[in-house]
Amino acid sequence: MYDAPHYTERDVAQTDTKISAKGVQVYYGDTHAIKDVDVEIADKTVTAFIGPSGCGKSTFLRCLNRMNDTIDICRVQGDILLDGEDIYDRRVDPVQLRAKVGMVFQKPNPFPKSIYDNIAYGPRIHGLAKNKADLDVIVEKSLRRGAIWDEVKDRLQAPGTGLSGGQQQRLCIARAVATEPEVLLMDEPCSALDPIATAQVEELIDELRRDYSVVIVTHSMQQAARVSQKTAFFHLGNLVEYDDTSKIFTNPEDPRTESYITGRIG
Amino acid sequence: MTDASMHETPRKSSIHTIDARTKQRNASESRFKAYGIAAIALGLFFLVVLFVSIVRSGLPAFTKTVVEVEFTLTQEQFEQAESQLMKTGAYQDLFIAGIQSQLDARNIDVQADPAALERLLGKIGGDIRAFYSENPGMVGEPHVFGLSASSRVDGYFNGRVTRETLVDSRFLQASDLDLVDALFEAGIIKSAFNWGFITGADSGVDNPGGAGIGVSVVGSFFMMLVVLVLSLPIGVAASIYLEEFAPKNRWTDLIEVNISNLAAVPSIVFGILGLAVFIQFMHLPQSAPLVGGLVLTLMTLPTIIISTRASLKSVPPSIRDAALGVGASKMQAVFHHVLPLAMPGILTGTIIGLAQALGETAPLLLIGMVGFVARGYPDGFVGGFVEPNSAMPAQIYTWAARADASFYDKAWGGIIVLLVFLLTMNIIAIILRRRFERRW
Repeated sequence: MYDAPHYTERDVAQTDTKISAKGVQVYYGDTHAIKDVDVEIADKTVTAFIGPSGCGKSTFLRCLNRMNDTIDICRVQGDILLDGEDIYDRRVDPVQLRAKVGMVFQKPNPFPKSIYDNIAYGPRIHGLAKNKADLDVIVEKSLRRGAIWDEVKDRLQAPGTGLSGGQQQRLCIARAVATEPEVLLMDEPCSALDPIATAQVEELIDELRRDYSVVIVTHSMQQAARVSQKTAFFHLGNLVEYDDTSKIFTNPEDPRTESYITGRIG
Repeated sequence: MTDASMHETPRKSSIHTIDARTKQRNASESRFKAYGIAAIALGLFFLVVLFVSIVRSGLPAFTKTVVEVEFTLTQEQFEQAESQLMKTGAYQDLFIAGIQSQLDARNIDVQADPAALERLLGKIGGDIRAFYSENPGMVGEPHVFGLSASSRVDGYFNGRVTRETLVDSRFLQASDLDLVDALFEAGIIKSAFNWGFITGADSGVDNPGGAGIGVSVVGSFFMMLVVLVLSLPIGVAASIYLEEFAPKNRWTDLIEVNISNLAAVPSIVFGILGLAVFIQFMHLPQSAPLVGGLVLTLMTLPTIIISTRASLKSVPPSIRDAALGVGASKMQAVFHHVLPLAMPGILTGTIIGLAQALGETAPLLLIGMVGFVARGYPDGFVGGFVEPNSAMPAQIYTWAARADASFYDKAWGGIIVLLVFLLTMNIIAIILRRRFERRW
């Protein structure tokens, strides 16, 4: 189905920066949730955000496709550039941005519609398919990418909410890739899944790295170590350390990082 | 707390003996259950009492007493009657003679006193004459006439009217009841289903027997049409805006508080508002279902807005996130995903609001839909909105306020009709809810 992978597991390809954040501050009302975060997210790479609960990693992730706009009291300062363009620029329509920067949520949230319509919804509203046949192709391709095609190909008209948790999450990933995004944000995509489904999703993330820049928030350090090439450690709203995953897990520079990955804080 | 107390060894106890605390908890639980069952039983008891009394008092409205007589008008009698000055009087005399001959044929020894029969049946000559002038072919043929008896005869059969109550009555005399008994024995007087009550218009104050609720049902229908067409789109649009788009600030808080307060405003206030604005200022026609509908729309809107907002709020935010996450605009997220999920709640709220409006009387008092005697059906669709009419609850109120005791039956009967409509609407709400409900 796919060409042989271009990269080996631990290889960090020398690719361009996809997203570059500089001096990002996020406030929820009076709470200063993200403090002065600088981060460069590379293209065609899996970047993991780790850190204890409430450290701001999800908040920061949601800044990258402006999902925080839906929260009234949330304010974002600083620059976040996608391919060199400021995503908080006044000319940016968040709808257009979110078509480029897809998102998968912590809890599987398929639409209460058929499996087919779950996938077809994004392409339909963005006008990616000229006709029904085009749409069928997109749906099949996306479901294959989501590694769920074989399980659902015979029941595309069945409700997406009738699938198991792991299947639902892969359906949501398939839905996210159906709109041909350039970046895929994943907010703890495996926290509601069992180990088998988790392994499937992780395998999928590794596959997705070929075409997308993937940013994943995870509570599981093993998962970060398994799937990512770059890891960022957040603590109390600060970005403590950001480096190659192998370096973070074997030879962290900051004592807080070391404490966290060895289980002393968090 | 000291360390010692935390590390005390737990007391050993068997789970086969129930300790005092558990007993107490179980007792209070069963007490609570008993209170609940008692409350429900009490509610059901009153419901049954209400239902039985409504049905018992209302059923007489659906029957009427008819005098059924086979009568043949010969060609000769026809010509003779038509040649007289008092034509209807002549027909009446002929008809009474017909009844007398029927009584004689059955060997019943009663004199059909013309004056008594007129009290029983009213002036019937006109009806007889009208029948033969419309159906000239029936002259010489036997025809069974079914004539409505006076409402007091209805009352006599229902037990409301007795010989004692008829002393000094100018409508029906105690002696007339002997004739009624004889006619009943002869099978000439019988009970029949009163279609006129369901299809007919209201009658004057001295003719309770002819009163029907049909025209006010039509009035209510046009009113509900106005309410539905205005309050559903306005209410849903307002709720969607407030719930999904409006910024949360002092202004929207103020609007929210006001909507909640409006829901609690007594309906008569809306009535006087409607009188001042729609009739006195905008000069819309008085007593028109259009105005009634506008007033009831104002009254229903808060209910619809509150229930719509509640059902929008109950849609899980993950659905909105999912839609926004694939790049849907806010409006697409709302209309493609949130609204379909909120639909059952919105529909239920709307139908409950409509049912409330359907039963509302007070605001109609002030815009002239009460006490108005609708003589007939409105003329066409537009006429349904602008021609003076009444509404079901207003009609019931009018009947209940009339002096003639026979209208009392009509009021109860009207309540049955109203309840049938309300029940139907609630059943529709349940069916829609079932149909649209989807799990997520």
